[in-house]
Amino acid sequence: MDIAPIRWEERNVTAIKGPGGRWMIPPDAKESMDRSKIGLKGPLKTPIAAGHPSMNLLLRKTFDLYANVRPCISIEGYKTPYTDVNLVTIRENTEGEYSGIEHVIVDGVVQSIKLITENASRRIAEYAFEYARNNQRSSVTAVHKANIMRMSDGLFLRKCREVAENYKDVKFTEMYLDTVCLNMVQDPTQFDVLVMPNLYGDILSDLCAGLIGGLGVTPSGNIGANGVAIFESVHGTAPDIAGMDLANPTALLLSAVMMLRHMGLHDYGNKIQTACFDTIRDKKVLTKDLGGNSKCSEFTADICRRVQDLD
Amino acid sequence: MAGNAWRSAILNLLGKLGLSINGKDKIKPQEVSRVVGAFKNATPQSRTFTRGMQTVTLIPGDGIGPEISVAVMKIFEAAKAPIQWEERNVTAIKGPGGKWMIPPDAKESMDKNKIGLKGPLKTPIAAGHPSMNLLLRKTFDLYANVRPCVSIEGYKTPYTDVNLVTIRENTEGEYSGIEHVIVDGVVQSIKLITEQASQRIAEYAFEYARNNQRASVTAVHKANIMRMSDGLFLRKCREAAEKHRDVKFTEMYLDTVCLNMVQDPTQFDVLVMPNLYGDILSDLCAGLIGGLGVTPSGNIGANGVAIFESVHGTAPDIAGKDMANPTALLLSAVMMLRHMGLHGHAKKIEAACFDTIRDEKVRTKDLGGNSKCSEFTDAICQRVRDMN
Repeated sequence: MDIAPIRWEERNVTAIKGPGGRWMIPPDAKESMDRSKIGLKGPLKTPIAAGHPSMNLLLRKTFDLYANVRPCISIEGYKTPYTDVNLVTIRENTEGEYSGIEHVIVDGVVQSIKLITENASRRIAEYAFEYARNNQRSSVTAVHKANIMRMSDGLFLRKCREVAENYKDVKFTEMYLDTVCLNMVQDPTQFDVLVMPNLYGDILSDLCAGLIGGLGVTPSGNIGANGVAIFESVHGTAPDIAGMDLANPTALLLSAVMMLRHMGLHDYGNKIQTACFDTIRDKKVLTKDLGGNSKCSEFTADICRRVQDLD
Repeated sequence: MAGNAWRSAILNLLGKLGLSINGKDKIKPQEVSRVVGAFKNATPQSRTFTRGMQTVTLIPGDGIGPEISVAVMKIFEAAKAPIQWEERNVTAIKGPGGKWMIPPDAKESMDKNKIGLKGPLKTPIAAGHPSMNLLLRKTFDLYANVRPCVSIEGYKTPYTDVNLVTIRENTEGEYSGIEHVIVDGVVQSIKLITEQASQRIAEYAFEYARNNQRASVTAVHKANIMRMSDGLFLRKCREAAEKHRDVKFTEMYLDTVCLNMVQDPTQFDVLVMPNLYGDILSDLCAGLIGGLGVTPSGNIGANGVAIFESVHGTAPDIAGKDMANPTALLLSAVMMLRHMGLHGHAKKIEAACFDTIRDEKVRTKDLGGNSKCSEFTDAICQRVRDMN
């Protein structure tokens, strides 16, 4: 039997207060990530009044997770209004509209600052083209509103154009965000790799997840500096069904497949993905959210069986 | 002169000029001075108060603009809609002091008529002047962009039952145009949210919902991330909701709206949001029903001004070839009729338009057929006449 050559090291990332009173992820979690470089993460509770910031934010800052990558591929057997979606959204995840810099100017007038830097724009653009090359994608489209936000989105666009010059084997196009949305819902097959600043990426990545069936089936990866990469399901913790063997593991599984590909273990990635898609297409053992009434363990067992048969 | 005698004299005078008071018994002072003013003008006014007719400023625009405007006028005539058109051009001119402005006769016409219908305008590149749409927006303080998106039976898209309205704040937010280079390689762009603009758009959204029998208004925001700015916007929406308890109010994150919109758009009704989100969502929703070629749009301004417009481009490649699809402009004109309270005519024209599309016999190229604009228009006119 051919087992995927992965060993798991479990860690908890609930924030703790470090020396100096600053919130941080537990040292053993950080040490583990720094050593192994690759992580797989499930959903985290959003802390309300917990006193500490969102764990996702903390992870992002700790490992400089600058690129959020979501491949969106239509899942045969899981019906949506679209059949042939096959695109990837690459979102700059450190700056832009989410810098969190806001001020009250005078009573009743608030400003929120969007920051775009040359470095972050260049870095995400380079990642997008590298990704396209490494994954045999034919084109990269920069998504922007530089007609309105001439300086900020203009800078982002310029960096994309410069990087495109170094990747002549990948086709480069540019499109306004509103035009992308207009076209996306009419014909998503025209899109391949999309690269964009933070807010636009937030919107588009969720829009595209919706095209293939939602967050329950969408994989996601976060690329950081120093070779760190954390793959994660982007749905919620679903407390109402937790512990009842009702959950759908597809999103986390497909994120793990993404992880295998990132690590160069393409054969294992393909095998597991095929088994997963076949199980869904077969429709015999589907979890409730996919329209069936099987247990998580039954769904999982079916995929395991198929994987073993594929050996 | 005694009141009645004075009134008769005026009415006689008006009759001789081919004018009449618009169906009201009482003559208002401003009406009289307008009429008196007509005497003073060198050129007699081509329109004032013909009984029942309302005058609308028509801006045909560029490219296919003129021909689709003609189509709309023909259909309105066939429907016997009580609309008189006053054509104006809005190409920017430089006023005293060197400031760009829309031509005075266009402004005067809009201020007088309050209601306008506009075709697509060329985007000026290196023309020296700002976008005409921007100029119109500033001139008339067009603060709300309203797009009703209703699935068109017979024009197939992946969705069948879309029926929602996006209401976008159109004056501030991310589009304030305030940007700076902080240091080399670091740029900031400022998003402005004000209490007044947020209150105004929220109130408009609830009033719209009430006036159009819509069940709910959803505020779309990212206040979890932009706590102060979107937080302020959200607060004003909540306050307006309190004053409109007959309309259900909900809130939803922008990304969640997008995620849900493409899976099930029927869950949405009226959506209200700041500028950028509105830009995105209004185009997204237009895509759900078939694109900009079939989507109506209206811009509501201060002082009762409202300009309805098609939001597609000028299509220079097919201009003048009788190939254009007038549906977007026509449906915008239908929106206009409803805004003016002329629901009967609106319904008639809209039904004729939808029936023609559903029938599939006479469709323009973009709708999947190969008929001419004039043939499509005539088919609608015929249906309208049959309904009269």
